[in-house]
Amino acid sequence: QESESENKLDGETASDSESKSEFGGSSPVPTSDDTPEVLNRALSNLSSRWKNWWVRGILTLAMITFFFIIIYLGPMVLMTIVMCVQIKCFHEIITIGYNVYHSYDLPWFRTLSWYFLLCVNYFFYGETVTDYFFTLVQREEPLRILSKYHRFISFALYLTGFCMFVLSLVKKHYRLQFYMFGWTHVTLLIVVTQSHLIIHNLFEGMIWFIVPISCVICNDIMAYMFGFFFGRTPLIKLSPKKTWEGFIGGFFSTVLFGLLLSYVMSGYRCFTCPVEFNNDTNSFTVDCEPSELFQLQEYNIPVVLQSVLGWKTVRMYPFQIHSIALSTFASLIGPFGGFFASGFKRAFKIKDFANTIPGHGGIMDRFDCQYLMATFVNVYIASFIRGPNPSKLIQQFLTLRPDQQLHIFNTLKAHLVDRGVLGSLEDA
Amino acid sequence: EVDLEERLHELDLRSDSDIPDVPPPTDSTPEILKRALSGLSARWKNWWIRGILSLAMISGFFLIIYLGSFMLMLLVLSIQVKCYHEIITIGYRVYHSYDLPWFRSLSWYFLLCVNYFFYGETVADYFATFVQRREQLQFLIRYHRFISFALYLTGFCMFVLSLVKKHYRLQFYMFAWTHVTLLITVTQSHLVIQNLFEGMIWFLVPISSVICNDITAYIFGFFFGRTPLIKLSPKKTWEGFIGGFFSTVIFGFIFSYFLAQHQYFVCPVEYNSETNRFVTECEPSELFQMKKYSVPPLLQAMLGWETVNMYPFQMHSFALSTFASLIGPFGGFFASGFKRAFKIKDFADTIPGHGGIMDRFDCQYLMATFVHVYITSFIRGPNPSKLLKQLLILQPEQQLSVYKTLKSHLVEKGILQPSLRG
Repeated sequence: QESESENKLDGETASDSESKSEFGGSSPVPTSDDTPEVLNRALSNLSSRWKNWWVRGILTLAMITFFFIIIYLGPMVLMTIVMCVQIKCFHEIITIGYNVYHSYDLPWFRTLSWYFLLCVNYFFYGETVTDYFFTLVQREEPLRILSKYHRFISFALYLTGFCMFVLSLVKKHYRLQFYMFGWTHVTLLIVVTQSHLIIHNLFEGMIWFIVPISCVICNDIMAYMFGFFFGRTPLIKLSPKKTWEGFIGGFFSTVLFGLLLSYVMSGYRCFTCPVEFNNDTNSFTVDCEPSELFQLQEYNIPVVLQSVLGWKTVRMYPFQIHSIALSTFASLIGPFGGFFASGFKRAFKIKDFANTIPGHGGIMDRFDCQYLMATFVNVYIASFIRGPNPSKLIQQFLTLRPDQQLHIFNTLKAHLVDRGVLGSLEDA
Repeated sequence: EVDLEERLHELDLRSDSDIPDVPPPTDSTPEILKRALSGLSARWKNWWIRGILSLAMISGFFLIIYLGSFMLMLLVLSIQVKCYHEIITIGYRVYHSYDLPWFRSLSWYFLLCVNYFFYGETVADYFATFVQRREQLQFLIRYHRFISFALYLTGFCMFVLSLVKKHYRLQFYMFAWTHVTLLITVTQSHLVIQNLFEGMIWFLVPISSVICNDITAYIFGFFFGRTPLIKLSPKKTWEGFIGGFFSTVIFGFIFSYFLAQHQYFVCPVEYNSETNRFVTECEPSELFQMKKYSVPPLLQAMLGWETVNMYPFQMHSFALSTFASLIGPFGGFFASGFKRAFKIKDFADTIPGHGGIMDRFDCQYLMATFVHVYITSFIRGPNPSKLLKQLLILQPEQQLSVYKTLKSHLVEKGILQPSLRG
């Protein structure tokens, strides 16, 4: 057991030193040791390689435990956590920009970055909140006005920031200021939109939040293990530690893991029901009639697998079929998010995004593969799962003009008659 | 090879004055004009070229308006592509990155993806009846977001695979440059098209207000200009700014008055599936029907009228012209700052005497977004065709229940007669 762990350590340090030599001449400022004193003392006797491995291991367990705790605490806490992670990621990337351009002292710039973050968050939260808290918003007068003119208010706020930027342009610093402006906007595009898509997914049902994130984490860990034991053929020049064996092994394990996790979670209403805001109790509830997706169905096993598994039919949740799509994406395309972040770190000659988590780097380092996953899940849900909300459509219908209402009604009627859903009887 | 990265890093840090100027743009004036004006001195010649080209552009604008909505859409699309090309070319020059592997193809590919996404969202709404009839289009519309995302992802993965050692930083810069450019040019152009579909007047009045402000601010500045406005553009003056503001408001008022009388400008553009053409025919909405307004006592003394007949739209034009005069110029300052930052005189040489297409459209930049936000906040309710499209996607049982609810509502309001056959 011990020799195996030591081999693992050797593998890790060998590739670390390899990547160090690639950074070449201008090396970055070495990251300071962030490990808490407690851990330092406990591990003071071990050699530094062991210590690194233990620190990573302990922190990994700590993060996973933390994840379970906040799931237990409920949607509100989850939303707050997502918000904090988003702010931290934004801060990390902007700080890298400052370091790259030595532009920490640009006039107004720090204020403007945080201001734009606030504006974009205000815009997105307003759009989400209006949808989900509809009745609450309608009751309170100031909220109703804010929600009615929401887009206009958000645009006005953004414009103020834009004009402040233009007024803050200083001779001799134009280029730097435009660079930081561009940097801020691209960061907002990446970080803030993803976090809001995650919250949308969360409201669809906690399972749509937990399964994708766990698949990415599982793929990370599995690919590493397969790569460690069987790794031989390098995958991509960008990340020399990744191998084809790790990639393929990770893919199959993640699909299996996804199937199993979905099976376990689909049985519980607290995970499968959409999150709703209860006006009377003023809290979030997850209570509903489980949709078709979460009801066991008999599936016929394709003949090919029948001989392998020995079963003719199998009882599965339809959601598990969707989980295959999610895990496939997490294993095949998710890593590209990781490669993108690796390329970014090499381009700007940084080892990690920041030193927030000892042994792991910054928050962005943990979330780089999640980057594309959130968007995919959101697009997937919108395209294949959730249709438009009928009550919302009726609401919109009631605000139209009579002639428009009549036109829509007649077209719908013609469509229904066409499909044979409605007979030509008027009293249907 | 290591020098490329080092050099770039140093370039980033040096202050602007150390960066060498780009060579002056070549003279692209057509031969005909050159010969006609060969007699005049250089300053006169420049002024005449600018004048002639301005008139040419304005006439071209009127011609396209006459030709209709479809031509206008094509025009907006061409301008968008040209602006995109201009800004990307500047990026290549700044970073000496014209030969980066794959990059030119990737930039055009991303432009295609984003346009596909936006056109799919807008076009699908307006052409709902056209789309209904064709099976393949229905499939494309239903899974539109998924298809667009898949296309974008392909581009993203190609980018990651194209990363080359020693060029990482350049490639990331160009990637970011492309995305910011897409954000600016493509979103604006689609908002312009959405405004256009609302009614040509929502396209014409804002654009003309910005142009008017440009011209009148210049004229006022020329005759009365004394106090500089902003260090960024030394040619702008407070007198020009304020004079331009008042003239633009008055111009907007008068121009709206004339346009509001014609159905061609006022009606939402609709696609008629029988004739396969765009039509602008409708019952003019309340906005475009004359109303009596009481003149506030202050102005009564000045104008001598007690009430005035105006279109409600003219009140809105007031908001539009105010934005065009007060905030629009910030778009121009932004572009000036950009040009100074990257040491270019003009975005390109497309239009003789005026520079590139972006130079003409920099002030329009914010206007399109403002008009769109204004319309969705204060004017337009939900879009009927979009609503219809969503209704048709629902499950049959949901459609049936919605149908029943709608029917009972319409009967209640007396819009639909009960027990009507056929």
